[in-house]
Amino acid sequence: MTATPTEARQPRKTTGRTGRPRSGRRNWAGGLAGWIWLVIVVVPLYWTLITSLKTQSRYYATNPLVPSAAPTLDNYRLVIESDFLRYFVNSIVVTAGAVAPAVVFSFMAAYAIVRGWHMRSLRAINRLFLLGLAIPLQATVIPVYLIIIRLHLYDSLLALILPSIAFAVPLSVLVLANFIRDVPKELFDSMRVDGATEWTTLWRLAAPLTRPAILTVTIFNALTIWNGFLLPLILTQSPERRTLPLALWTFQGQYGVNVPAILAAVVLTTLPLLVLYAFGRRQLLSGLTAGFSR
Amino acid sequence: MTSLTRHRPHRGSRAFLPWLAMPALVVFVGFAVIPLVGVFALSFTTWDGIGAIHPSGFTSWRAVLTDPGLPHALGVTFLVMTVSWAVQTPLSILLGTLLAGRQRYRAVLGVVYFVPLMLSSAAIAIAYKALLDPNFGLGAGLRIPVLSQDWLGRPGLAFGVVVFIVSWQFVPFHSLIYQGGVQQIPKSLYEAAQMDGAGRIRQFFSITLPQLRYTIITSSTLMVVGSLTFFDLIFVLTEGGPGDATRVLALDMYKRGFQASLMGPASAIAVILVLVGLALALLLRRLGGRDAGASQLEGA
Repeated sequence: MTATPTEARQPRKTTGRTGRPRSGRRNWAGGLAGWIWLVIVVVPLYWTLITSLKTQSRYYATNPLVPSAAPTLDNYRLVIESDFLRYFVNSIVVTAGAVAPAVVFSFMAAYAIVRGWHMRSLRAINRLFLLGLAIPLQATVIPVYLIIIRLHLYDSLLALILPSIAFAVPLSVLVLANFIRDVPKELFDSMRVDGATEWTTLWRLAAPLTRPAILTVTIFNALTIWNGFLLPLILTQSPERRTLPLALWTFQGQYGVNVPAILAAVVLTTLPLLVLYAFGRRQLLSGLTAGFSR
Repeated sequence: MTSLTRHRPHRGSRAFLPWLAMPALVVFVGFAVIPLVGVFALSFTTWDGIGAIHPSGFTSWRAVLTDPGLPHALGVTFLVMTVSWAVQTPLSILLGTLLAGRQRYRAVLGVVYFVPLMLSSAAIAIAYKALLDPNFGLGAGLRIPVLSQDWLGRPGLAFGVVVFIVSWQFVPFHSLIYQGGVQQIPKSLYEAAQMDGAGRIRQFFSITLPQLRYTIITSSTLMVVGSLTFFDLIFVLTEGGPGDATRVLALDMYKRGFQASLMGPASAIAVILVLVGLALALLLRRLGGRDAGASQLEGA
């Protein structure tokens, strides 16, 4: 296989130099699966969107796949009047309040682990974090609930923030350490020659050079925490503390038969993420898999 | 911390490194490691979630281990795990390979494919619940009898629906992973194979698949360990029903603990969940010959 005659190689060269395989021929099986999957993905999304714009009576009477001739925003008004603005703010507070420390702490830890790999203590810390990747952390919610009660934090947004940070640490450290490792050693050395401490090197050298990775980890964590359901379910109680996914669930309980209104709530809670997706799709997607696709 | 660095000479500043790991370590220990140990401890107690906690030896364990609900929940958990793995993996590989190619429509597909990744499980479950409603859902509205069954009201169907929605939600994610994997396969392998006259399908099976070995392990690990935590989706969609047809371990834990106020037995279930997760992660690591995560840090 390795002994390829050069004359045979010549004509192939033009068919693909992007480094992507099998660009020359069509991938029929993949193509077919691709289009079928597209339909499977689109139909529920499309149905949700158009139904959320129908009145309840039209919803029962019209073809479900035909958009309403007279679309209405009344459902959205009902959702917004049901305090969703507050839930939105709660979600923002919890997400921002957890993601910022999670990323900063993880970055510091990742830096320490990479730079201090020769230290037994840091290797042990790293192993501990890796353990967190293998264990379904949701299994720890009962003691988390107990701790939150004992700290008198039950039914507060801080109760959601603290465990969210902890759950975000393992993967964030793993991803960030992978990227910090790629920073050329000479740069660290020259920082040291200039008399910089580890603390300054961390912020002046490592952080700017791994900015894409930091962004990536931020996005991944934000998405996970924004969409989180279990922690709000068990650690909060009053309506004023609801975050969006939990609010969506209780709204569904209240308006059981008003399907268009429920779907309007689904669309509305999803909207911020879809706007983000529209603007930063590439970043978002690389953020989702950065820990795994390397 | 700054004061610490300030009066250390820069040579010795490496001793400062462990301090940098402290904030992450403290939060992780406080809200993950201690709870992990705590869940073992709580499984030997009796607690209703509000009042005092009483040590009670093996009472909870005895209750859990003799309850036929446990083997059932374990069975459902493994069934969801294996069936959703078997559905998602070939699909994700196929779509990932497609997305790694150069077809022009690929970009269009890509935009839509990943929308489900943005949505919360709660939102997805609620939308599907409405869509699958036997009387007012999509199937009923289109007057297609096959589609207007009582999807969530019959055990077998409800299970199928859970697997379908899980796939709907996560196939895009795994396709992304496979797309990345395929793009890393050296092009020269395919050139050589083409010269040897290997067709597309042959190339797929003798180059793409073997080269994706580690990607398959990574993706499978995530699917399998992740499937232990399909709580949100199933909770909102069926609450474990009908009956207990979709009552997976995570749901079993929640219902015993937070609905029936039996935190002891619920903690025992949680311990089982942890052990199952660890065992699976170790097993997959053996299978792959390396750990998807650890090797990246320790190797290379």
